[in-house]
Amino acid sequence: MLKRMTISLALVTATVVTAGCMATPKNLDLSLAKKSAGGVYYVELLPPAQTPAINQMHSWTVKLATAEGAPVRGAKFLVDGGMPQHGHGLPTQPRVTREIEAGSYALDGMKFSMTGWWEMKLSIDGPQGADIVTFNTVVNNPSGR
Amino acid sequence: MKKRVIWAFAAVAAFTVSVFAAQELSAPLRDKWTAQEVATLASMRLKVAGVRPADFSNAYEQKPEAATLGRALFNDTRLSKNGQVSCASCHSAAGQFEDGRQFGQGVGTGKRRTMPVMGAAHSPFLFWDGRKDSAWSQALGPLEDPAEHGGNRVAFVKLVLSHYKSQYQAAFGPVPAIGQLPENASPNGSDAERAAWAALSATTRDGVNRVFANMGKAIAAYERNIVYGESRFDEYADATVRGDARGQESLTLQEVRGLRTFLNKGQCVTCHNGPLLTDHAFHNTGVPPVDPKNPDRGRIDGLKQLLKDEFNCLGPYSDAKPEQCGELQFLNTNDAGLLGAFRTPSLRNVAARAPYMHAGQFASLDQVLQHYAASPKAAIGHSELARPGEKHAERQTIRLSAADIQDLAAFLHAVTGPVVQPK
Repeated sequence: MLKRMTISLALVTATVVTAGCMATPKNLDLSLAKKSAGGVYYVELLPPAQTPAINQMHSWTVKLATAEGAPVRGAKFLVDGGMPQHGHGLPTQPRVTREIEAGSYALDGMKFSMTGWWEMKLSIDGPQGADIVTFNTVVNNPSGR
Repeated sequence: MKKRVIWAFAAVAAFTVSVFAAQELSAPLRDKWTAQEVATLASMRLKVAGVRPADFSNAYEQKPEAATLGRALFNDTRLSKNGQVSCASCHSAAGQFEDGRQFGQGVGTGKRRTMPVMGAAHSPFLFWDGRKDSAWSQALGPLEDPAEHGGNRVAFVKLVLSHYKSQYQAAFGPVPAIGQLPENASPNGSDAERAAWAALSATTRDGVNRVFANMGKAIAAYERNIVYGESRFDEYADATVRGDARGQESLTLQEVRGLRTFLNKGQCVTCHNGPLLTDHAFHNTGVPPVDPKNPDRGRIDGLKQLLKDEFNCLGPYSDAKPEQCGELQFLNTNDAGLLGAFRTPSLRNVAARAPYMHAGQFASLDQVLQHYAASPKAAIGHSELARPGEKHAERQTIRLSAADIQDLAAFLHAVTGPVVQPK
């Protein structure tokens, strides 16, 4: 059974850099490919090819494999996330809308309403069982000009 | 020894170049910013907003005939229960397209602060609680609100078809077959109006709704051309991005201090970001409710209204395909943080439109800034602001001195520009 994770459950141990008020924590794990918390799955997040603008709705791809690397078909996902530094969730409720190919899923309805550190959490329910995985991503302004 | 000093100097110079990479060193700038700050300033320029995004739910929004009709409707006081209230009553074209009052004053007195029209075309959700998802649907709400225009859709449709029939047809084509209509009827009105509405045939109800929706689409077509103009801040930000030393004189030194506080220790830019100085999202910042016994629940209730609204993007009167209604398809309905949350307002022209907050709780910008400096506990839901003295893993308390508040207020006066509207 899938259980929706709340922001308060997220364990964040990274230290915050004090220079600049909302600087991103120093030791933030920005890896977009990792084992799920219980080690059941290997999950990879693929961002869109072109960096989306702030507040532009866009899609990611989720690649789900067993811990040994075999693609996992027919999994169900719940998506959650937000900004731990600001105490709010995602502005939208993204969903995995379809399986594009074996073990590769479309994550639609993503939107970041501001720059900074965002968490993206996936609750996975697949043939191998339920597990969760949390990714971090940092959204920046495009450089000036 | 001498060589070492030169090398050290060169290293410092190289570091400086890398930090201020976006600025030209040939003409030294009065105000130095880091590359990251320059990128943020660049993202806040009004011109970055670009062309207003198309509203797929309104196929007529760029039709001049619709805008002409919309302007007439916007200013027509006959579209009210007492014949004295038009959209312009609360959204005055002579000022900031709002009314300067704590509560909107129509046929009765509203419960929230009137929001300006400018910027509406950029926002995915309208009203403080985001209960509407398009400008045209927004325009329909006040018409039937008992405290605002206090009217009903059948009366409005009859008025439009008797006074604006040719303009309506020019914009929207043939009038749907409606048949005989009673004087007053609406699914939202008094008991008598609701009974009269229920007695109408499904075809008639649909035809009335179609014309009513088109009234909103016409008003939105007019409103689309009411926009913010550039402010001194935009000149300053653009000059800073270009590395134009003289252009930086657009802001005084105090205003620049306020801008630094806005970007850094004030954390204002967290939510007041982008070219319209808003993230278009909903936040609870612990603004005190007007009635503590009955606090306004904000977004959490706005969501419910949005989802059941027949005039939303997915409804039968929308011109959008379902896949073009991304905001509704991926609507966040589960976030506990939406209780007591309200839409982040644009800060453009903010100094020209006191009072502030969703119920005009604060009379001055100074009071608004004092609120953020104090970051009080929310009366309903949970404030996103870290409270003074609170130990929180990630969030930092906003700490503002009296001088910071003065500087911020000075800066906020510099984001005022003209209101650009059709002649």
